[in-house]
Amino acid sequence: MAITTGGATGTPVAPPAPATQPAAPATAESGASRRGATGPRREAAWRRRDRRWGYVFVAPQLVGMAVFVLLPFAASLVLAFASWNGLTALEWVGFDNFAAQLQDELLLKSIVNTLLIALITVPVGLGLAVVVAVALERLRTRTLYLILFFAPVVTSTVAVAMIWQQLFRADGVLSTAIASVFGVAPPDWLNDPSLALLAVCIVSIWSSLGLNVIIFLAGLQNISPSVIEAARIDGAGAWRLFRSIRLPLLSPIVFFSSIVAFISSLQTFDTVFVLTANAGPDNATRTIVYHIYDLGFGRFEFGPSSAASVILLLLTLVITAIQFGAQKKFVHYEDDAA
Amino acid sequence: MTAADLIPPLVGEPDVERVDAERAGRVGRPGRDRTRRSLGRILIHAALAVAGFAMVFPFVWMLLTSFKTLPQLLQDPLSFWPDPWTLDKYVDAWNAVPFGQAYLNSIYICVLAVVGTLLTASMAGYAFARIRFRGSRVLFIVFLATQMIPKQVTLIPFYLLMAKFGWVDSHLSLIVPAMLVNPFAVFLMRQFVLSLPKELEEAALVDGAGRWRTFWTIILPNLKPGLGALGIIVALDVWNSFLFPLVLLNSPDLFTVPLLLASFRGQFGSVDYGLVMAASALATIPMLVAFVIGQRRILNSMAASGLGGR
Repeated sequence: MAITTGGATGTPVAPPAPATQPAAPATAESGASRRGATGPRREAAWRRRDRRWGYVFVAPQLVGMAVFVLLPFAASLVLAFASWNGLTALEWVGFDNFAAQLQDELLLKSIVNTLLIALITVPVGLGLAVVVAVALERLRTRTLYLILFFAPVVTSTVAVAMIWQQLFRADGVLSTAIASVFGVAPPDWLNDPSLALLAVCIVSIWSSLGLNVIIFLAGLQNISPSVIEAARIDGAGAWRLFRSIRLPLLSPIVFFSSIVAFISSLQTFDTVFVLTANAGPDNATRTIVYHIYDLGFGRFEFGPSSAASVILLLLTLVITAIQFGAQKKFVHYEDDAA
Repeated sequence: MTAADLIPPLVGEPDVERVDAERAGRVGRPGRDRTRRSLGRILIHAALAVAGFAMVFPFVWMLLTSFKTLPQLLQDPLSFWPDPWTLDKYVDAWNAVPFGQAYLNSIYICVLAVVGTLLTASMAGYAFARIRFRGSRVLFIVFLATQMIPKQVTLIPFYLLMAKFGWVDSHLSLIVPAMLVNPFAVFLMRQFVLSLPKELEEAALVDGAGRWRTFWTIILPNLKPGLGALGIIVALDVWNSFLFPLVLLNSPDLFTVPLLLASFRGQFGSVDYGLVMAASALATIPMLVAFVIGQRRILNSMAASGLGGR
């Protein structure tokens, strides 16, 4: 069906039948000269039809985006300024939701917790990943290590959280080990408000480490061997190579990963929901997404929940903007160095 | 350059040029240097072994705990080795909740989402890479920009929309949007198409094949490495997603594996954690086995995705 019409309409320059080709003066020449032979009008008609194919090809994703992303997004912006529980009539309340949310201790706590998680997990996680990637790069047999580091990435966060929940028990292996080594009382990670958030961070770092390692390793391998070799001939040792060559040339990828990691840690939900049984003791691990979920599906307060969503969006944009500002200072591209 | 070149090989294939350069460098070096090098290598191996142990320890612990009996867990929560070994917890976990059904659900949702995404994203990627149509540049920027919107921001209206469609508590709400919206996939496929030589399709177009046929018979087959990479990324993403299934599905028979696992915790709490670990093992082991079998492709795909096809 579409295939045959495509064949009929898609004639770009010359009639498809090879028999007509000898009629054109420059048979052996490139398409450009034949294009001249068939005339600009034909070319224009083809372009018009081709344009239509462009729209056809993007149509599924375009419709999906309009219906499933842009429409809900717009609705989210509207709901943020309205009061609605799904049953009564929608009521316009202006900035009331935001005002109420910004005075809501729970939201403030969620924001602080979310930022703490991001500020702990991103630098520590990426730093560890750089170290591991550099170590792995120097080895010829690294498949086993790669598998070990990546296994948590393919495991669902729910399963990961359930396993760690057992490891973090006060009578569990981790707490007992810490207690015996440091001579302190065994920490009760998940029931201690000051430790629960740290537990969430540990699990996030552990479960995302492999992904960053893989990406950094690929980045290291993309550095051209000649640059390394040149530095080596100049007498650079391993540390100097790392500090002056590998790290700067890896910095675009580290920068890119830091944005991705930061944004995704702003969206922490699964770990909080499963590991710390909803939001930890006294909401100690309540994150923004948990807050959105709790308001929307726990209490059916769609307006305040949407206001919290908009706050999450703003936070994402601000942090990305800050990171792009910082980029100029730290990121080097291979062209600069060469 | 073909699409395959975009995926840097991480596993198996050593970088010949690099290894040669290293060897060449080593030839002229004094022996002391070589000893220091191998000493360094041993230290690296030792450090990585410790780190690797930390990475697998939770899985090992999960497995060992799942084979223990409840009395052993209660009497000696720190015991390492199961004594006696028992498979009871697996039987109990499998019977307590519809595990088999959850597997079928996750598998078919994943397959449909992946196939749909591969088709729609490669179509859009091809159009953005090769067809000049009015507004294409603006549309592409819109696609890139929407990647900045966290999915969770649209959670409430998305749920309300699904309710309007009558798709709440139906797999349609997970499958259809996944098939039709994935700006990252569009971006990635565009990068892959750009890496294909233009001459490849020009010949077909000159010979009179239409855009659709060119796409179907020339572009898609040449995109195979890219499609494989994208398929893995999408499958992992869909398989592990939790928040949206949690909100959209109510009937346990419709649950996906992570959702069923989470409900398991709610039902049985931390009383019998051997049971919880057996359930976790049932949920994770098939994924881990699949990963170990396909590790080379999976790792390379993830690397390519992280590099964004740059």
